Amino acid sequence: MAFDEETNGFKVVGTRPDRPDGIDKVTGRARFGADVTAPGMLHAVIIRSPHAHARIVKINASRAEAANGVKAVVTRADFADGLEGENWNILENLMAGERALYDGHAVAAIAATSSLAARDAARLVEVEYEVLPHVTDVDDAMQEGAPVIREGAADGSVPAGMHPNVVRCHDSGHGDPEEGFAEADLVIEERFTTEATHQGYIEPHACLGTLGPDGRGELWCCTQGHWNVQKVCAALLDVETSKLRVTASEIGGGFGGKTAVFIEPVALALSRKANRPVKLVMPRADVFRATGPTASTSMDVKIGMKKDGTISGASGVFRCQGGAFPGAPMEFTAMCAFAPYALRHVRQIGFDVMTNRPKQAAYRAPGSPMAAFAVESVIDELCNRLGLDPIDVRLKNASREGTKASFGPSWDRIGLVETLEAAKEHPHFSAPLAEGAGRGISCGFWFNHAGETAVQLALSEDGTVQLSVGTPDIGGSRASMCMMAAEELGVPYDDVRTTIADTATLGYNEISHGSRVTYASGLATIEAARDTVKKLCKRAADKWGIDAEAVEWRDGCAIPSGPNAGDFDPMPIKEIASRMGQTGGPIVGHFEATPEGAGVSFATHIVDAEVDRETGATTVTRYTVVQDAGKAIHPSYVEGQYQGGAAQGIGWALNEEYIYDDDGRLQNAGFLDYRIPVASDLPMIDTVIVEVPNPGHPYGVRGVGETSICPPLAAIANAVSNAAGVRMQDLPMRPSRILGALKARS
Amino acid sequence: MRYHTPSSFEDASALAAAATGVTRFLAGGTDVLVQLRSDLVTPDDLIDIKQIAGVRDITRRDDGSWRIGAAVSGAELAEHEALIAEWPGVVEALELIGSTQIQARCTLVGNLCNGSPAADSVPAMIAAGATVSVVGPEGAREITVEGVPTAPGVTSLGPGEVVSAVNLPPRGKGGGDAYLRFIPRTEMDIAVVGAGVSLSREGDTITAARVALGAVAPTVLLVEEAGAALVGSTLDDAALATLARAAEAACRPISDKRGTVEFRTHVAGVLARRAARIAYDRAGA
Ligand SMILES: Cc1cc2nc3c(=O)[nH]c(=O)nc-3n(C[C@H](O)[C@H](O)[C@H](O)COP(=O)(O)OP(=O)(O)OC[C@H]3O[C@@H](n4cnc5c(N)ncnc54)[C@H](O)[C@@H]3O)c2cc1C
Repeated sequence: MAFDEETNGFKVVGTRPDRPDGIDKVTGRARFGADVTAPGMLHAVIIRSPHAHARIVKINASRAEAANGVKAVVTRADFADGLEGENWNILENLMAGERALYDGHAVAAIAATSSLAARDAARLVEVEYEVLPHVTDVDDAMQEGAPVIREGAADGSVPAGMHPNVVRCHDSGHGDPEEGFAEADLVIEERFTTEATHQGYIEPHACLGTLGPDGRGELWCCTQGHWNVQKVCAALLDVETSKLRVTASEIGGGFGGKTAVFIEPVALALSRKANRPVKLVMPRADVFRATGPTASTSMDVKIGMKKDGTISGASGVFRCQGGAFPGAPMEFTAMCAFAPYALRHVRQIGFDVMTNRPKQAAYRAPGSPMAAFAVESVIDELCNRLGLDPIDVRLKNASREGTKASFGPSWDRIGLVETLEAAKEHPHFSAPLAEGAGRGISCGFWFNHAGETAVQLALSEDGTVQLSVGTPDIGGSRASMCMMAAEELGVPYDDVRTTIADTATLGYNEISHGSRVTYASGLATIEAARDTVKKLCKRAADKWGIDAEAVEWRDGCAIPSGPNAGDFDPMPIKEIASRMGQTGGPIVGHFEATPEGAGVSFATHIVDAEVDRETGATTVTRYTVVQDAGKAIHPSYVEGQYQGGAAQGIGWALNEEYIYDDDGRLQNAGFLDYRIPVASDLPMIDTVIVEVPNPGHPYGVRGVGETSICPPLAAIANAVSNAAGVRMQDLPMRPSRILGALKARS
Repeated sequence: MRYHTPSSFEDASALAAAATGVTRFLAGGTDVLVQLRSDLVTPDDLIDIKQIAGVRDITRRDDGSWRIGAAVSGAELAEHEALIAEWPGVVEALELIGSTQIQARCTLVGNLCNGSPAADSVPAMIAAGATVSVVGPEGAREITVEGVPTAPGVTSLGPGEVVSAVNLPPRGKGGGDAYLRFIPRTEMDIAVVGAGVSLSREGDTITAARVALGAVAPTVLLVEEAGAALVGSTLDDAALATLARAAEAACRPISDKRGTVEFRTHVAGVLARRAARIAYDRAGA
């Protein structure tokens, strides 16, 4: 296989150099969202609804406006009118209109000369509410009589007769599952639920915005996608896009949650009113209450299996609650559910349900982890009852190149089977289990995305390289970009500096989402480097007086392509660069495109867990991630993504959840009671990188950031269920729930 | 806000007695500062006790009893080998608090006077039979630890009263103590249930025992029936079962985001048994 060989003979790719942003981050020199100031800067505070659902009768800010140091107060009236579609949703979410739709919904904002003054003044804003009935549970929200979040929000995909809170529907599949169930030796149908979880990034949202009376502005913010912020802010403030320049700060975690816009237009609106720069830093409680957690779900999955392990039919209904706005990722939930398996009869239905909760935002592979939890739990139970090996059964039914995906297309080259085989061979899978421990297996799938991408690579006069990309670095991607540029140009890794350019410096770049960065910005970097190489060869050819086609690039030098081209000494990049001013001017390579061919990625996880039968406490004792990376540019950062997905999955499976009281208020808007795992909760997470190259990338790269969180919920639930001897169907599996299940069984 | 640094407990007491607004003593500050920053309590007078001579001393008296100064931190306690040898349960309870950073500041006295029913070191201190020395406008007095908290966030200390030290009784021969808490994670959490047990044995037979439970009632409980269940036994299964039942029966918890009534009650029995086993083994060692 020529392509496979091509993706093996690398010099830089596949090594593990230090990340270029590492020293800045460990010394505190890196500048995050809240780390900048401007002369005359004001501090902003957002005032939020204490009610889950209420009509905003009146907002009286006159006392606040008169308070010491207060320079501006904004409400919904200070934003653009007449927006439609998602822009309207975003505005409605970041500043309530007629109604507060969830606990924490913004209703007004204040800018003052100090944050203390702003906080004091916030208490003087009088908001009169008329409290309305609310609903926060996905199943409750679909029941007759449930309070309607927004009349007329449903689109044409929703079957007639459903509650108005059901706003979108997805229905796909092929064959006839009933026929499949009839062929089965055992059919299991169960209901599963998962709670909303937050991405839990350490850095709260923060920005510094300036918008002058001339309509020109600057914005510094922590985001996964500053062109998107630019576009949204321009729309919500009714200014021209190019008049607003947006710079992305270093980012202290995003995991999808920073693909959305929550505060930047508010800072800009305050700045426009006060004619001063405005800094807005979200308190942690606001991050929990008002930035997007993932959807909570309620799912029914039915699978039929033959005695030999063949899955004869499968169907699922996936209800996803995404807060007070349309957009819960129910189509991804449905489409990912059965993706690992080649099925003759399969059908998946998804419902997008609105409730009085914050607008959900993307969280690593939105929807896929929940679907895998339901599907892979049923498969585990089928294996247990039929006495079958969980990996053999998955191998038997695995999707392969050419098989038809559960959601339609035929698979291109994919690596699911390779991950299953590697898992089977891994010592973990055959290691003896301690008394009372359980083992769980799960597969997982994510699509991966490409998206609009622009990159520029400029040569300095000393031959070093300045690479500008437009995708904020959320996982070590600058290191990978430096490596790919170095590989192509034949220069040392340290000679390349990668910068995340601002919106005025490069063409449009889509958000760092969909595990797209190393794939798409990487592909663009390689193409920009190849463009640069062409230009370098041309300079050498001109000097030598031969055709550009007769010059090749090797190990950082231009060389004649063969004996016929002439006999010249190799011309190093430094030499060409030092004379570029006299030989035709600056040498800059670039690439702009919307690449197609982001390869999908599959993973298989193995988990061992122990359950304390007297308290219901779970300990994850061993964890192995096996995932197809296509090609690991920087293996350490690929492993980091694998471990991170598993770690977040452990939190989601065991203890993380949004807890609402009967009054619809969030009970745990802080890291004390929103329990992400601490280091001592986790075992060392072992990783295996499988490389089945993606034909859609020059080096074979597939996105890796999201697939790693798809299997954990199911793998952990399977391990816990097998340890406890009782099937856990609701997440999180907090101790009280496990203890309850154990008691109910005995 | 006025910040004071008195150099004696008498001065600290006088400052507090004279104050008219919201007053807080500042030991490690790991409760006070958090409450201040989250707008829960903004003191008018903040009286730092850390400049007072001797507040960080740990002293073993001639009779084998201990005096632990009001500002001794978790980290300091955890390095005191002689104290660990005699009262490992008290030390491990304070050590459970927070992280390395919090350990550098948190104190037994702050943990007690903050008045949380879930305070980790309090069940261990009560089981140990600890007392606190109090300095007040009327002079000095000594009260039992279980006599301090009266309701969540409320103590029996009168206006102007300040705690100067924690006193632990002589351990004597054949004594052992232990503290266990249940939290959903392994660190950085608030006890859903806590159980402290201190006992003495002669040979295999338990001669005295005290059991205290945290986070299962408005204040930390001294459960006398639970202690009585152990005395005279060799910690056999029957004694452990009686202990668990007594512990469960004493629980008057609430259901909240951290745990339900049923869960807390059940786990109180489990932890009492487990802590008793550890204390028993330590006593025999
Ligand atoms: C991150 C974090 C984790 C934590 N984890 C835990 C945990 O696991 N378990 C737990 O129990 N607690 C925990 N806490 C709470 C806190 O650390 C403990 O309660 C600690 O023991 C308080 O001691 P301190 O010296 O810091 O008290 P301070 O904050 O100084 O004072 C607390 C209270 O005691 C009063 N006080 C202080 N000194 C005196 C005195 N001499 N006389 C009278 N009153 C006095 C103060 O007025 C105040 O009301 C945690 C706190 C944080 C921030």
